[in-house]
Amino acid sequence: MVPLPAYLVLAAILFSLGVVGVLVRRNALIVFMSIELMLNSVNLTFVALSRHLPSMDGQLAVFFTIVVAGVEVVVGLAIIVEIFRSRSTVNLDEVHLLRG
Amino acid sequence: MASFAWTIPLWPALGWLTLSLVGGMLPRRAVALLGCGSVALAAAAATSAWITFPGVPQERALFPWIAAGSFAVEAGLLVDRLSLVMALVVSGVGLLIHIYSVGYMAGERAYSRYFAYLNLFMASMLLLVLGKSLLVLFVGWELVGLCSYLLIGFWFERERASSSGRKAFVVNRIGDVAFLLGILLLWAHLRTLELPAIGAQAATLPAPVAVTASLLLFAGATGKSAQLPLYTWLPDAMEGPTPVSALIHAATMVTAGVYMIARLFPLFTHPVTLAVVATVGGLTALFAATIALVEWDIKRVMAYSTISQLGYMFLAMGVLAPAAGIFHLTTHAFFKALLFLAAGSVMHAMDNVVDMRALGGLARPLRYTTGTFVIGALALAGIPPFAGFFSKDAILEGAWEHAAAGRSPLPFLLGLVTALVTAVYVARATRYTFFDMPHRAAHPHEAPPVMLWPMFGLAALSLFGGLFGARLVGAPLLEFLAPQFAPSVPHAPAPGVFAAALALLAALAGLGIGWLGYRERRDPDLGWMAQLFRRHWYLLDLYDGILVPASRRLALLLAGPVDLGLIDRAVNGVGALAAAGARGLRRLQTGYIRQYAAAILVGAILLMAYWVAR
Repeated sequence: MVPLPAYLVLAAILFSLGVVGVLVRRNALIVFMSIELMLNSVNLTFVALSRHLPSMDGQLAVFFTIVVAGVEVVVGLAIIVEIFRSRSTVNLDEVHLLRG
Repeated sequence: MASFAWTIPLWPALGWLTLSLVGGMLPRRAVALLGCGSVALAAAAATSAWITFPGVPQERALFPWIAAGSFAVEAGLLVDRLSLVMALVVSGVGLLIHIYSVGYMAGERAYSRYFAYLNLFMASMLLLVLGKSLLVLFVGWELVGLCSYLLIGFWFERERASSSGRKAFVVNRIGDVAFLLGILLLWAHLRTLELPAIGAQAATLPAPVAVTASLLLFAGATGKSAQLPLYTWLPDAMEGPTPVSALIHAATMVTAGVYMIARLFPLFTHPVTLAVVATVGGLTALFAATIALVEWDIKRVMAYSTISQLGYMFLAMGVLAPAAGIFHLTTHAFFKALLFLAAGSVMHAMDNVVDMRALGGLARPLRYTTGTFVIGALALAGIPPFAGFFSKDAILEGAWEHAAAGRSPLPFLLGLVTALVTAVYVARATRYTFFDMPHRAAHPHEAPPVMLWPMFGLAALSLFGGLFGARLVGAPLLEFLAPQFAPSVPHAPAPGVFAAALALLAALAGLGIGWLGYRERRDPDLGWMAQLFRRHWYLLDLYDGILVPASRRLALLLAGPVDLGLIDRAVNGVGALAAAGARGLRRLQTGYIRQYAAAILVGAILLMAYWVAR
């Protein structure tokens, strides 16, 4: 039986990796994957606590997260594909037309 | 109320609407017919309302006009003895002047515009005298002011005409501010603006409130009725067409102030108010009469005479003789309208010459005009049996009673001296305009019948109108009005032969002095008095020398440093501040997504730190 803190530490590490990925990478696909990483770290926290507390609420939340993340992937990937088609790049720093 | 009485103001309003919408496309005959016909219908409605009048005030609510919480005003009409007399005078004299205008304005390009304005004026004036609420009265009050402005500036291509119209509007505005304050004060204390209710509850008001409210309303009346110190606009109003001067600036609109006081008479019965009204009226009467002595423009002589006679009416109000004041209002409407129409006929014949020095010798070529003018002049001077004698005598009797009751004799003395001066300037104007030096220019032609008949009608009224108030025949008009003022006026003035004799003596002496004094066709040397009168008792120096420059400089100060420098800069500054702030803030939106993500991260960390630290 793996103790709860181990899950939480792993989730924190995964979340931090996702944050750093979003902040330092310029490739839109990598940024996207980093976001997924953060979402899944949160999922891990939910599931771990669900087991620890005995309550099904956490697992319920995870299902919602997975569904929404799937939808987000569809929309996000479509946007990235469109950006690549029109500008031949997925470098986020080159996509900054919407500015003041 | 008979069901048609409320249509009295409706007909001229319909006439105005039709003429202003399609008047330009109608033939001139149709315009004249519409203009006069609508007023004739109003006069007929007023007459039948008078015939069927049951003797007690009749009210008719038209529709709820304003309903805002506890402040509710109903648009309604009130037909009682006073408003009936006023409606009859306004629509009757108005009808005659409309008919006269058909001839007088025959060569005018803007024929339908003229009749549209005139009809609008009739509707407004009838609304003013028939309104049941003080606010409805005020609406009529402002509307007649608007019509006055429009008609003074009727020939707006002339610089003087349009600036005179503006002057009338601005001077009236000063009085109207006070008038509105008076209305608000009455509302604050009585919680009603219904005229009968104000009259009934006036006695319950605390004395300071009643005096303040009545003096504020009176200040409004000094503007509308051209009394001291707001009289200056009326002489300039003579820039308008002469029938307009006759209708608006002599017979009807300028009497609105007198009507308003008579309407709210219970409010004005405090001794302080009465003293102020009587003194201002008496002083104005004498003051304006003396200016008429040295004026050369025949229309302006009549204008000063109007101011003076209006002063008489206020004097009557101030000496607790309101019925006499309304009687004088009625006769004055007859003879002053007649004098103006005759003066207009002279202008018509003499190519718009108004300077009396350039006129003269018109008695033979213009014999009908001369005859009617002389009738009007004798009525104005107060010679029996002409109308003016009886009404002026009624006022002087009232003033005599007032003095005999131990109160100030000043109103009586002022009235008596004014009667003398009036007769002098009347004789002077008549002599200069119609007699002596035969006129040498081209043949003056008598006015067409459409102008002469209204003059004959008014001449008949000036001749016999006195019978409405003559004691010999029981003073029907005064008796008719007596119940209206019964609660406020303790008793009708007893016939004082002494006062009547003095008034007659003053009028005869004045006529004699005037006729003989001006026979050389130049003014006798009045010495220092001439300068006094010519400068309006040095009021002109006060106005033109001090008040007008001072207010001009105040206006320049407010327009320049205060408005442009302070207010506009503050407003523009707020705008500039927002723009500058926005310019700074838009730098934050860089378009780099990673910066936004970092900002979100920092924000989330700060939030968490806050929760932990709390």
